[in-house]
Amino acid sequence: MSLIEVRGVTLQYDSLPVIKNVSVDVEQGEFFVIIGPNGAGKTTLLKALAGLHPLFEGDIQVRQRPIGDYSRKELARTLALVPQQINADFPFTVVETVLMGRYPHLGLLAVESKKDLQLAEQAMEFTEIAHLAGRRLGQLSGGERQRVIIARAVCQQSKILLLDEPTASLDPAHQLRIMDLMERLRQREKITIVMVSHDLNLASAYADRLLLLKDGAVEKVGTPRQVLTQKLLSQSYGCTLLVDENPLLGTPRVSLVSEKVASTIDSEPIRNAPISNERDDL
Amino acid sequence: MIGYIPVYKKLIPVTLVLSLLLFISMLLGLTIGSSGDTGAAWKLWLGQGEPDATLEVIIWQLRWPRVLLAATVGASLSLGGLVFQALLRNPLAEPYILGVSGGSAVGAILGILAGFSLFPGLTLSSFVGSLAVLLLVLLLSKRKEGNSDSLLLGGVMVNAFCGAIIMFLISVSKTAQMQKIIFWLMGDLSSAGADSLPLLLGVLPCFLLIFILAQPLNLLLTGRESASAMGVNVAAVMLVLLLTASLMVSLTVCLSGLIGFVGLTVPHILRMLLGSDHRILIPACILTGASYLVLCDLLSRSRPSQGEMSVGSVTALVGAPLFIGLLWRGRR
Repeated sequence: MSLIEVRGVTLQYDSLPVIKNVSVDVEQGEFFVIIGPNGAGKTTLLKALAGLHPLFEGDIQVRQRPIGDYSRKELARTLALVPQQINADFPFTVVETVLMGRYPHLGLLAVESKKDLQLAEQAMEFTEIAHLAGRRLGQLSGGERQRVIIARAVCQQSKILLLDEPTASLDPAHQLRIMDLMERLRQREKITIVMVSHDLNLASAYADRLLLLKDGAVEKVGTPRQVLTQKLLSQSYGCTLLVDENPLLGTPRVSLVSEKVASTIDSEPIRNAPISNERDDL
Repeated sequence: MIGYIPVYKKLIPVTLVLSLLLFISMLLGLTIGSSGDTGAAWKLWLGQGEPDATLEVIIWQLRWPRVLLAATVGASLSLGGLVFQALLRNPLAEPYILGVSGGSAVGAILGILAGFSLFPGLTLSSFVGSLAVLLLVLLLSKRKEGNSDSLLLGGVMVNAFCGAIIMFLISVSKTAQMQKIIFWLMGDLSSAGADSLPLLLGVLPCFLLIFILAQPLNLLLTGRESASAMGVNVAAVMLVLLLTASLMVSLTVCLSGLIGFVGLTVPHILRMLLGSDHRILIPACILTGASYLVLCDLLSRSRPSQGEMSVGSVTALVGAPLFIGLLWRGRR
């Protein structure tokens, strides 16, 4: 039995289907990455996994239990969502933000105990933001803020982590830092990672399995080697993508090829795929 | 841990200090006034000096209801401001500025014209008025996500519209009712009497309910979706907060008319001093708001030697420049 089972799920946004009849399983302890072009429905699917998007058709089960049967707090104790950004208009401090992760574990008045404080401290040390504890969110850089959001999710102590493009708009060093953090979480805490990403090379290096979505449907599910092929990627993304082997890791390496260069090489007729409707992830 | 004092350790001293502040403000409110000697009032208080029947009547039958009304209205308006600021994610939101108070006043005046009694008819019609405006403001805030200035502009327009309606209603009403109506526009506390006190108790459950929802409100401020993912029932929390906040505002409008800017001034100062945690801010807002309006009222009725000015003028004299300052800082 799989940890998360998605069965024939269709999701609508403004009565338009954005996810069409998707079925996929995520196994316990897996590093699972969802990729696909803009508007493929990656984020919507992730939100549905977090119980934030109503299912139009189909069924999502977490630990053999339909997601709709969980109460909000129960679900929050089971899986934690790491959104791309959190609002920083109101100047909460880092530690206050991280402590919010304890909310699903607290009673009516939500007053934290010493134990909750310790957990927050551990989470901040783990994500290397302990030195920022007293700072306000607005004063942090993008990479630091992303780690605060992750620390909050760690503090939530859920065994499933859902991340929406956690490395977007970060420099390479910070991207690696976040990905290594995920890998440590998986190994040390046995946490299952489900991540939406646009970075095919990071996905290739870290993921156990990939889900390639296109136009709201499953294009392919499998290991990086199975999914990250030149033909499949170029067709799905509607541009020429060169795939060879990473000399160090042996994993697939994806390179972008400009249209000008692509026209000079006559590989597969791979550029014929129509570009999917340009629309931001919903 | 450096830089963090746990909520329970912070809440108690903050509440104690602010309660003391409220106690002192109320004491001043009771002993200082245009009639009667302040020194004598203090002596009476301390059990010294001659018993003075007139002074006792002034203190307990005139000043006490008024101080109590000022405290409750101040607390409700500050807390209402805090809640609106959080729900609309705009630190400049405030019941008066958003036009919610104005809508509530229109509702109340229609109630007066229809001949309703203070409770439940008038309170209810005023509540409906505030809800109608709030709904409008919410629709406005949904349409233009991120543009907070348009929300405030919308509120100002709603306010102007409500003012015009009130003027119209005054012009068509009979003279006897007019006296009652003019009082809404000025916002003052002189109508305080024994009959209004039971109504004040209505805000206490609102305070409690909002305090219970403090942490969900904190989470909500970091984003609706992420709050939901952390176990907050966002729709329910927002609905309850909006209803209680507008109920509080309409209750106070019924009793004191339009008093502006309290809900802006008090939460803003407290946020600077105490941070953003609403588990601290909510009780702090209640206590400080109460003290603030008691003192403003004291100022309004004791400063000009010939008669009174409305307390709404005092709060606007303090609040409007602050609002402009905040707007200025936000623009830069």
